[in-house]
Amino acid sequence: MTPVTDARRPARRASGTNRPRPGPDHGAWFLVLPALIPILVLSVGPLLYGVSLAFTDAQSGRTEPTQWIGTLNFQDLMHDTLFWESFRIGLVWAVGVTVPQFLLALGLALLLNQNLRLRWLARALAIVPWAMPEVVVGIMWRLVYNPDAGILNETLRDLGLGDGRDWLSGLATALPAVIVVGVWAGMPQTTVALLAGLQNTPRELHEAAAVDGAGAWRRFRTVTWPALRPVAFAITALNLIWNFNSFALVYVLTSGGPGGRTRLPMLFAYEEAFRYGQFGYAAAMGCVMVALVSVLLAVFLAGRLRGGLKEGDVA
Amino acid sequence: MRTSTGARAGQYAALLAYLVFLAFPFLWLISTAFKPPQELAGLHPTWIPRDPTLDNFRQAFDEQPLLRAALNSLVAALGAALIAVVIATPMAYVMARHRSRLTRAATGWVVVSQAFPFVLLIIPLFLVLKNLRLINSVPGLVMVYVVWSLPFALWMLAGYVRAVPPELEEAAAVDGAGRLRTLVSVTAPLLAPGIVATALFAFITAWNEFFFALVLLKTPEKQTLPVILTHFVGAEGVADLGPLAAAAFLATLPSLVVFALIQRRITGGMMAGAVKS
Repeated sequence: MTPVTDARRPARRASGTNRPRPGPDHGAWFLVLPALIPILVLSVGPLLYGVSLAFTDAQSGRTEPTQWIGTLNFQDLMHDTLFWESFRIGLVWAVGVTVPQFLLALGLALLLNQNLRLRWLARALAIVPWAMPEVVVGIMWRLVYNPDAGILNETLRDLGLGDGRDWLSGLATALPAVIVVGVWAGMPQTTVALLAGLQNTPRELHEAAAVDGAGAWRRFRTVTWPALRPVAFAITALNLIWNFNSFALVYVLTSGGPGGRTRLPMLFAYEEAFRYGQFGYAAAMGCVMVALVSVLLAVFLAGRLRGGLKEGDVA
Repeated sequence: MRTSTGARAGQYAALLAYLVFLAFPFLWLISTAFKPPQELAGLHPTWIPRDPTLDNFRQAFDEQPLLRAALNSLVAALGAALIAVVIATPMAYVMARHRSRLTRAATGWVVVSQAFPFVLLIIPLFLVLKNLRLINSVPGLVMVYVVWSLPFALWMLAGYVRAVPPELEEAAAVDGAGRLRTLVSVTAPLLAPGIVATALFAFITAWNEFFFALVLLKTPEKQTLPVILTHFVGAEGVADLGPLAAAAFLATLPSLVVFALIQRRITGGMMAGAVKS
């Protein structure tokens, strides 16, 4: 194991930030270095480089040297209606996926926390979307949505609900159709996180509330939700970010079509960078995405803190 | 706690609805994979193939270099998982056991790195790897996957370390064992299941990964399974449904099997990481 070989080397602390303690602190630096160096070289470094590229006219396959162009990319972005449209779609998609996903996952987690007979099957099945490659999830739902050979239209026909339609290429139906897939694909993680939160709520509190004659809804409001809230907010914040930045699912389902109706910001930036070779411009998009998502998230989390003052306030 | 029979019935109805929602796309994928072309062309599809066949699987292997792609995926995922765990374990240990500016920064990075759109990372990485002549190479992809899987590897592993009572280490120290002996003979064995779970989880995420592979791998003989799968879906979205379903089904099996094996540990590790930090 690595700690062995690393810790064997003479350990010297590089700086005096840690108070020297007998024993355990020595060698901490050497234990950290094997991971820290790749992180700095291949993650932090490239990120800074990426941000700096946003201020250049970097393009792929060009022979002239890259020029520093200040904020020109950002000025262009301000007027790029296609980008803002994709940004809007990204927000609709992120909220449209995250909210139903949370509600469904909460319901499923509450059910799985009960002593039900089919619980093992539900747990096993709930794992399937999680383990599948996103590309396969996309392909699978294309088969479901397929206008002729798909099961969705066939079910609708059987139920007498019309002849069905081509869900993924309809201007009005494409975004809702991919949102359904997003909800399906991301439910397991959310369910597991909420289930973990539920299993941390003290059972005695539930029983005490039940003895006091509290109904299911009151027990949920006064006992379950307060205990669950930290986990719920954390997973929701993460889901919002992940969904906003998602790529593979929609790439496989619609490639952003029809007519850009499902072109998420990541798909837009990907095309800009790797189809049109506009590295600088795409990097600027990435910067704007980070900045705006951070602002939105700060607002969301500030709301959470304020909400925390009102005890048991679900809405 | 008592639950009325009415409420129970409602719970079972809800559970059943969830089961249908979770299962039906997957069952449809399997059903499609075993259907002969004439059944796929018919307008009224059925759940159970009338005339099940393995032709789709054969055709899938004929149409695309699936074996080659599976091998590439295996190398990339295995390489990334092993390297990530080997370098993350000592750092996770330090993060869990010592509070310092460095470990706080590392924890902060783990959280913040979740928020970055990968496009901001992949453009510079693309340029760097191009200069290193590592574009269109599986080792180049492994490098990217290692760094990409480090945050959650650190997160999970730090959770597992925290689950080991420090008293055990202290007791060993009192007994005269040095830091090293303590780590090797006390902490490591207790950590081993967590390390395996983390490695397998890193393996699955790399096996499933698409975006980096799409950008970095150019030629079919270097591409991983998820990228090859998209070749079945033609440019116009017209696809040979049977082989597409067959290949997609095959690509999922390894991660499903691995996930089934370690599912409890992953959820346990995530809980430990989330609850105790």
